[in-house]
Amino acid sequence: MVKLTDITKVYHAGDVPVPALRGINLEIREGEFLAIMGPSGSGKSTLLNILGCLDKPTSGTYELDGLTVSAFDEERLAVLRNRKIGFVFQSFNLLRRLSAIEQVELPLLYRRTPNRRQLAHQALVDMGLSDRTAHRPPQLSGGEQQRVAIARCLVTSPALVLADEPTGALDTNTGHDIMHIFQRLNAERDITIALVTHEEEIAAYAHRVIRLQDGQIVSDEVMPSSKGSPRAGKPSLGGDGGREASTA
Amino acid sequence: MSIIDTIRTALAALAANKLRSSLTMLGIIIGVSAVITLMAVGQGSQKGVTERLRGLGSNLIFIRPGQSQASNVQAAVYGGQALTLVDTDAYAINDPERFPYVEGVAPQIDFEGRLIAGGENTTTTIIGTTPDYQYVRDFYVANGQFLSEDDITRKGLVAVLGDRVADMLFGDSDPVGKSVRLAVGPGGMISFNFRVIGVMEPKGATVTGDEDDLMFIPLPTMQARIPILRNPQGLSNVFQISVKVSDRGDFEQAEEEIGALLRERHNVEEDDFEILTQTDVANLQAAETEISQTLWAAMAAIAGISLAVGGIGIMNIMLVSVTERTREIGIRKAIGATRGDILMQFLVEALMVTMAGGAIGVILGITLSTMADGRTILEQSVRADVSAVAVILAFSVSAVIGLFFGIYPAFNASRLNPIEALHHE
Repeated sequence: MVKLTDITKVYHAGDVPVPALRGINLEIREGEFLAIMGPSGSGKSTLLNILGCLDKPTSGTYELDGLTVSAFDEERLAVLRNRKIGFVFQSFNLLRRLSAIEQVELPLLYRRTPNRRQLAHQALVDMGLSDRTAHRPPQLSGGEQQRVAIARCLVTSPALVLADEPTGALDTNTGHDIMHIFQRLNAERDITIALVTHEEEIAAYAHRVIRLQDGQIVSDEVMPSSKGSPRAGKPSLGGDGGREASTA
Repeated sequence: MSIIDTIRTALAALAANKLRSSLTMLGIIIGVSAVITLMAVGQGSQKGVTERLRGLGSNLIFIRPGQSQASNVQAAVYGGQALTLVDTDAYAINDPERFPYVEGVAPQIDFEGRLIAGGENTTTTIIGTTPDYQYVRDFYVANGQFLSEDDITRKGLVAVLGDRVADMLFGDSDPVGKSVRLAVGPGGMISFNFRVIGVMEPKGATVTGDEDDLMFIPLPTMQARIPILRNPQGLSNVFQISVKVSDRGDFEQAEEEIGALLRERHNVEEDDFEILTQTDVANLQAAETEISQTLWAAMAAIAGISLAVGGIGIMNIMLVSVTERTREIGIRKAIGATRGDILMQFLVEALMVTMAGGAIGVILGITLSTMADGRTILEQSVRADVSAVAVILAFSVSAVIGLFFGIYPAFNASRLNPIEALHHE
């Protein structure tokens, strides 16, 4: 599914080369739920950017879904992001002017999907936001905004979901709600997720945790059992459960 | 992204910043409407001249005093410049035996006077003339009668009103048979009541002025009632004698023979008068038109510069907008917008501003031209004729400006690095 071989990334601060990644070898299997941890400056954001096709490695090869992505030019990477990758960000990164349903439609707009309003609506219903479709980000709570962002990420049925500190801007309870959503997506839809976090508690939702330090993977462990099973009353992927949650 | 979605996205972005969008558009609106209006006036001035020459009547010769170009009684009398033509000159020309080709002669004296009727009053040009005027100038009475030979011999206090004057003084009611008071001289010291016997057909402006804004009275009445019009010999100076000849071919002969008669009557070797044929008038007008057309074209060019300045304003705002929306661009790129998508989005925004501005400018330009048409601005009667070419030109120029000044900011936007753009605050 994902295969990184000898990936390096060097930034240049003026004339001084600053290595951010030094030889990353990583394989992510389909349906895996992976957490990437490490202190700031360890290279985890750079790794996520490369996985998300937002950035190209200085050397090494990146294979995604059988495609050698590291050879792609910028236009092809943009198309690839649209087709294969879903992003969830710490700061939600919604467009302030657009309503929830328009946010979710946006990636479909770029791929010219015909029945996109319907798909976007379904994605919002899946996130328990059926009564929030016309709301704009300022009218939504943090948790709701992040759920809109997740709907936007899922509406394209991506091969790989990349979440960059998705609970970082949320209170603890809401953060756990969001993590339950990821957990269910992974369990029920077999969606491959790579999650960057610095909180052990959040990383505990994943099946596998890799730790980075100074641009290298220093540990790679499979969690014996991931954190609890879905709790009652919390958003589930069924439409009814979602609606209950949103009114709670 | 499909073009319809791109346009929708651009419209939403423009609507989110209405004040800014409309101010940006204003530069284009002003430029386009100015170009269209000035081009229309330039075109109209030419068309107007053609029409006015046609309105003059045909096969005409004009005789004007040579030594003085004074255009009113006061200048003629008190300015010490003698007018050389008298009314008897006109009667002498009207001699079928000597000049078989002369079909009509109309001497005229023009002066300013104030007309009062009922509660209304207006200042207009009073023309003292003879019954021939109608036929000579091809300008006929529409309601009632024109001055008759009887009015001339009786020196009757009768008047024929121009269409606009009749409208101003009497509105919808029929002026014929009503009384109008004419006041002339400083403070209106001389005043008489005239009986209105007719109203002229509407004619509009000709080379000799606005022919709806005047009043005709018999020439002898004018001479009898207004003593300052008489010179020391007891004759009345006239400002112009219009002569209608039977055929264009006789112009040269007429010019020569009438000239000889006048020299003989004035007892001079050199002409103390000026004879203009219709061709001369047309040539003078053509030269004048050319100058005014050049002027209008120059003004349209200046308006074109303002259009370009409006384009720079658009570029400025688009650059600011790209900077402000860096994060939006980052988000769009992250979810799969290509460089081409972003380029199109901002380019279409710039195009929407200029094309909407262009469309509003076209409407405004046509409105302004229509309003200016037929009005007197800076003592010039303005004709405006909006041509399809001007409209298409102005509109496409505004589109080209949007393309030209929008491409650089749009290119900048498309080149943004998605990671940096996403972290832009």
